[in-house]
Amino acid sequence: MSTATQRLILRMADDELILAHRHSEWTGMGPLLEEDIAFSSIAQDKLGHAQALYQILHDQFEAPVPDAQAFGRNEATFTCCQFVELPNGEYDFSLVRHFLFDTAEYLRYGMLAKSTVEPLAKLARKVHGELKYHLYHAQTWIIQLSSQGTEESKARMQTALNEAWPYALGMFDPKDDDAALSADGVFPGEQALEDAWRASVADICAKATLVVPTDTAAMLGGRKGFHTEYLQPMLDEMTEVYRIDPSAEW
Amino acid sequence: MATIISLDPRVTRLSIEADAPAEQVITPEMDQFQTYEVFHQPKSGAHHVHVGSVHAPTPELALLLAKEQYARRGQTHNLWVVSTAHVITMSSGDADVFETTPEKKYRDVAAYMVRNKVDAFKKAQNTQGEEHQS
Repeated sequence: MSTATQRLILRMADDELILAHRHSEWTGMGPLLEEDIAFSSIAQDKLGHAQALYQILHDQFEAPVPDAQAFGRNEATFTCCQFVELPNGEYDFSLVRHFLFDTAEYLRYGMLAKSTVEPLAKLARKVHGELKYHLYHAQTWIIQLSSQGTEESKARMQTALNEAWPYALGMFDPKDDDAALSADGVFPGEQALEDAWRASVADICAKATLVVPTDTAAMLGGRKGFHTEYLQPMLDEMTEVYRIDPSAEW
Repeated sequence: MATIISLDPRVTRLSIEADAPAEQVITPEMDQFQTYEVFHQPKSGAHHVHVGSVHAPTPELALLLAKEQYARRGQTHNLWVVSTAHVITMSSGDADVFETTPEKKYRDVAAYMVRNKVDAFKKAQNTQGEEHQS
């Protein structure tokens, strides 16, 4: 039986892994050389976060080694939210997802820097600068392509934001563990994070002259292993080499 | 119509026609971002050294992109970006203004025969040191 802390770390790790892979699909195909390199570097950072989180699960909670957790699991055991599985689409959607996810990620790690789970707090403090850059990257592009962009670029940003919104709300699922996590000083909870995220996103949207979408039902299910049709093909591709010889030393 | 099958599944998914005529697309000249020169400072107080350039639509984005191109490895304290258009330079045809004539060797440090004086000075210092010790 997993604890609330284990579930928290696993969903964070799965989100980071799957989004890292999606981001890395832009490598070599980005809209301009400099941005291709920057986005690929951000993808690598996310993969690093996933590895560090799987390592904590391995060290503290007897989970398998990070590689086995990342590449040796079935789709139904992944607890990533559906938001991170969605295909990249065009660069507008990828940027908006990067912005919405990284705003939450920055705030989440900020909260975790004071966690009573010491390895988690240590990791949160270690990656602070990295996350700050990711957020700065995302915010700068969003504003550039919206309030400072052309009519077309702004319309694309708004459309991508509207499409992403119900999935983005799924990042803050589930809230059942909030009370337990908060009582133990592990994490203030998904609700507290969502509140902070909404304030931060609204602030940047105001600067970008984007309209914060009206809430529709959040796309849930990912945390319970119910995924979109896009996750399985992605896992097949991501784990192809690993599955040839799971015991290989790299 | 056959499409390109690549070892990279991402390329295969693009459904690119295999036998499409190779048309050269010439981008309009102004359809490019401007460039910014990047200066890297390894630590506080050190000189900013020119390391290259980046394409970007604004100075903010130039700084943002320069960070990943030139500061993702090794030690960095800060970066400068300067619009290439703001760099004042000689035209390449004027490179001859930097040529010096052989007759002006007296302007070069190497032209001064100070080596002997330096050696003599060092020797004197050493001798003094020995005297103090004795």
